[in-house]
Amino acid sequence: MATPVAQPGLQAESENPLTAGLERMPVAPTSLVIFGATGDLARRKLLPALYNLAHEGALPERFHLVGVSRKEKEHGDYRAECEQAIRRFSRRTPDEAVLKSLLDNVKYVPGTFDDEGVYSHLCSVLDGFEADAGEPLNRAFYLSTAPGFFPVIVERLGTSGLNAHEGAQVRLIIEKPFGTTLQEARELNRAVLSIFDEAQIFRIDHYLGKETVQNMMAFRFANGMFEPLWNRNYIDSVQITASEDLGIGSRADYYDSSGALRDLIQNHMLQLLCHVAMEPPVSFTAEEVRNEKVKVLQAIPQPQAADIPGMAVRAQYGPGQAGGENAPGYLQEEGVPEGSITETYAALRLEVDNWRWAGVPFYLRTGKRLARKVTEIAVTLKPVPHLAFSQEGSLGVQPNQLVLTLQPNEGVSLSLGAKIPGTRMIIRPVNMEFLYGTAFLSQSPEAYERLITDAMRGDATLFTRNDEVEAQWRVCDPIVSAWEQTPGPLPSYPAGSQGPREAQDLLRGEDRWRAI
Amino acid sequence: MSTTDAVWSAQGTTPDAIEAALRQLLVEVHAEDDSLVPARVLNMIAFVDREWSGEIANRLSGVGRYHASRMVVLSYEPGRERLDARVMISADSDRAPGEIALLRETVVVELGRQHLDDLLTIADPLVVTDLPTLLWSPHGHQEVVAELLALAQAVLVDSVDEPAASDALDRAWSLKEQAYVVDLAWLRSTPWRERVASSFDPPRRREDLRAITSVTVRHHPASTVTAMLFAGWLASRLGWRTGPLSSHGDALSGSAAAGDGEVRLCLQSAPELQVRGLEGVTIETASGRSMSLDRGSGGLRAISREAGGEEHRWTIPGASRGETGVLGEGIRQALLRDPTYVPAVGAARAMLA
Repeated sequence: MATPVAQPGLQAESENPLTAGLERMPVAPTSLVIFGATGDLARRKLLPALYNLAHEGALPERFHLVGVSRKEKEHGDYRAECEQAIRRFSRRTPDEAVLKSLLDNVKYVPGTFDDEGVYSHLCSVLDGFEADAGEPLNRAFYLSTAPGFFPVIVERLGTSGLNAHEGAQVRLIIEKPFGTTLQEARELNRAVLSIFDEAQIFRIDHYLGKETVQNMMAFRFANGMFEPLWNRNYIDSVQITASEDLGIGSRADYYDSSGALRDLIQNHMLQLLCHVAMEPPVSFTAEEVRNEKVKVLQAIPQPQAADIPGMAVRAQYGPGQAGGENAPGYLQEEGVPEGSITETYAALRLEVDNWRWAGVPFYLRTGKRLARKVTEIAVTLKPVPHLAFSQEGSLGVQPNQLVLTLQPNEGVSLSLGAKIPGTRMIIRPVNMEFLYGTAFLSQSPEAYERLITDAMRGDATLFTRNDEVEAQWRVCDPIVSAWEQTPGPLPSYPAGSQGPREAQDLLRGEDRWRAI
Repeated sequence: MSTTDAVWSAQGTTPDAIEAALRQLLVEVHAEDDSLVPARVLNMIAFVDREWSGEIANRLSGVGRYHASRMVVLSYEPGRERLDARVMISADSDRAPGEIALLRETVVVELGRQHLDDLLTIADPLVVTDLPTLLWSPHGHQEVVAELLALAQAVLVDSVDEPAASDALDRAWSLKEQAYVVDLAWLRSTPWRERVASSFDPPRRREDLRAITSVTVRHHPASTVTAMLFAGWLASRLGWRTGPLSSHGDALSGSAAAGDGEVRLCLQSAPELQVRGLEGVTIETASGRSMSLDRGSGGLRAISREAGGEEHRWTIPGASRGETGVLGEGIRQALLRDPTYVPAVGAARAMLA
């Protein structure tokens, strides 16, 4: 039966009546410029994402891609590299004709990022697209370089006048990490905001582009049954885990300068915490959603130096067994400096001091070379106030636990007490499980497909705002500083294990880490 | 890619026995490998003529991940007296370690004319309760559709299958009262609707929507309905009042009233087009600007002509979904609701002479 539809017509000049009912909203004609165009991220994620958008007809009506990188090469050479990357990393086998259509619109500008000539060259390439189109096109600059280049690129974009464009929008997309300390994040924000408006800036945290993270919003705010329980009166603790079974692989350079806290907790895991703890936004607009997330971050007390040993644990994996094979310890991995004190495991106990969450511990842990790869949020409810059943001879009545699994198998499970069949009233926990994969026909797009589209559309809902980034660093920065000032060696845990014994010390009362 | 993990079949069986066999197979498959879990998305009932059931099976096998989680094929052979059934449970064979694999269930019931009076009681036990059900009868059998609609929330039709556009549109119009209509003829126009919406989306172009003077839709000779639905969509979204179109050779033409003005409509058959659907669209505005989109290799060929005669040509990348993709999309759409289809059908019906 027909669903009521808004009365069509052209009364509201600001609305496009043709978009009603369409699943895919229009994206304005755009020239996308990738700085760091030959890097790993561009090859593995950005170019395949662009191909898949092209395949689905989801790119703007007019779309051009310009790669900017230091290496000298011709347009054709860069197109060949793009083709190779797409063939290797795309989630679908490319259609030859579509691939050609996409690559026909690719150009390359060589040069170092501080070279003003690069920007005048870029300007002429972009102007050339617009001369062909006969109209101004939106411009999106994607900074996919090492973070050290962000300030100079932004500054040069400003001095060359590329930060604004008459008759069209200019947007700046910035990859993580956004600073490595609070001070750096503030300085970078200051530098970027001196050239661009906040509304032009899209700070990527690719976790936010994952369907699984967006599903958390739907889970919380589209289901009335959880909201009455979603507070300190019923929830005992929240545990957020992002564990990896693999080691650092060939990423020693990056990882050793980052560590587990900066790599995952400062951004992705605090975002997950925000999604668990935020108040329902008035609407799902970028500003309303981000306002609520910032309030959560501001409600987390900034760690004080004296408290850090009791609320934060770090460790490094040592040699062990992973996947049935011997696995080296972190210090034995290729490229890791001797005596490195970079943590491969970090666990925190945080509090959210507001009316809803006061007194509820939020446990966060992440690590490399743990027993299993899993990302999950476990919400443990308070135990029943009185037990009418004997605990004898059973696993007993356990507090209910709601587990939101983000990967590998996205789903929700709720542990419940159930009677074991038999003549006695003996209870044990059972799981009621729901797996998202069983309930939908569609394949989730890659996070970068969604994020690139949203940035080109100017929708910042899934991007972090300047105050949000700084609020995240406000929580993590004191811990980073304290750890940097404390000499090693770090506590160790065997590769393939559940993590360091020291992580137990963070837990309050009867709380337990869930098995990874 | 999928592999069949379990099969059951019986001759002279009953719906209860089939349903019990399904449940048992699911238990056995899951007990053998607990990472195999049943998908619970959508029931789909297909009522097909047995002699064409192979072709339908081929079409359905191509929809990949859009396969309904439980597919019930009622294979009709008028002279058949016995109820035979096959149950197949299959899972994706390519999955990453640690990931679940979804089980999809297919039930094929062979039945005859004598079973038609009890069709509802045969199909009802075979669908998963509480899941939406999509009904598809690709070989006509409207009396069967009328009966099985009691089980379905959505009905899949392909309006280009009807020999006469008027019959197709009348049928879609009447079905909408009983179920959500997913029309493959409409879905063939989706990429075109998206692109036209996008062309007029920039604020400087939006004003042109008020000034459209002419719409030409080029279509496969058998896809007049798709062209009518596309024109009907524009008309219903932009508040035009459509009137009857008249035939001129291989084209239908006429006009729609748009405020104080008029929009010329032309639906032009394109015999060179090998696949069902649209070949191209041209929209002209009072300012003299025109925009054309046409099928091409690797995407749509776009031509924009400004009032002064300046012309721009380019390609908008995109892959054709093919007929299998359109069918898969039709199955997926059973779980969504597009509020613009029915108004488009209404405007298209007004184009009938």
